[in-house]
Amino acid sequence: MLTLQFVPYTEIKDLSSIGRIRKLLNLAKENKIVLLEGRLSKEEEAELIKTTMEEINATFRGIELAVINPNENEQDVFTRFKATLASTLLGNKQGFTIVGPATIIKSIKRDPNKLQLLMKDAGSKSRRSKKRRR
Amino acid sequence: MKLKFMDFINGIFKAIFKRKKLIRLGVYGPVNVGKTTLANRICKDWIGEELGTVSKIPHETREIQVKEKVKIRSNSKELDFNIIDTPGIVTKIDYEDFMKFKLSEKESKQRAKEATKGVIEAIKWLENVDAVLVVLDSTENPYNQVNITIIGNLAARNIPVLIVANKIDLRKAKIKRVQNAFPQYRTVGISAEKGKNMEDFYEALFELIK
Repeated sequence: MLTLQFVPYTEIKDLSSIGRIRKLLNLAKENKIVLLEGRLSKEEEAELIKTTMEEINATFRGIELAVINPNENEQDVFTRFKATLASTLLGNKQGFTIVGPATIIKSIKRDPNKLQLLMKDAGSKSRRSKKRRR
Repeated sequence: MKLKFMDFINGIFKAIFKRKKLIRLGVYGPVNVGKTTLANRICKDWIGEELGTVSKIPHETREIQVKEKVKIRSNSKELDFNIIDTPGIVTKIDYEDFMKFKLSEKESKQRAKEATKGVIEAIKWLENVDAVLVVLDSTENPYNQVNITIIGNLAARNIPVLIVANKIDLRKAKIKRVQNAFPQYRTVGISAEKGKNMEDFYEALFELIK
């Protein structure tokens, strides 16, 4: 069964960077797809990738990650200023972050306006392991 | 008068013995976009030797590779670079993917283990570069979280970035799509393998450093 867990920004707001990364990674390792309100800082995103690499083993193959920030490529100076001000006052609450285990999500396809989660065929893994068992 | 003369002498000495700044140029990007092919092309163009091996199997570069003091010239200017080729950054590594390239299970697991270490090293080295070439495959969708994270981290550190849309010799290449994805940065389209548009690339590199 596939679990999608929503994490509101209030749940990570007071956590340290390590705490935020740990929370997201632990949920992904429990085979849950996490939909986080808001986003990590760019440094935290890099740290999340680094920590993921440190923890890859025979069962955990890594994560799929996508951050959607509607104001990211905003060219209008005033809109950018508003977004920066909101981030300063409220934290990185704008946008969404999706994190899921690579064993479940095959890939995340995105373009500026749309995001597609391509899931792994549930049978493919078991078929592969069956083949090897023979 | 005496002071002016001393300044003049000092100026001459400084001009003679001034040490040229060595620019640490990082080559970053996702896996199999041609980072090592580009690093090899630069090294071959200016010092006549290559930096690393390339392969169709992902994660061929699993360690940071540095070629020191590569002197590059463009439009009568000259700069010295340390070229730092980094392993491709990914969020997942599955050893079974390597077995599709006919590697044994043991070899695949070893390659996966080394590849994870390579990604960690590449991220750590973000602290040690003065400018970065972010190499992207112009035939692929540029809206990839790894690309966005790398570029975002470089921006947060105020490190100058040149986006290199590689593989423009291929029919599916779309430089415009890469430019549209990262409009804040200059994008230059090249084929590192075929040596296409390298003059524009060197010009853009010097623009980046100035």
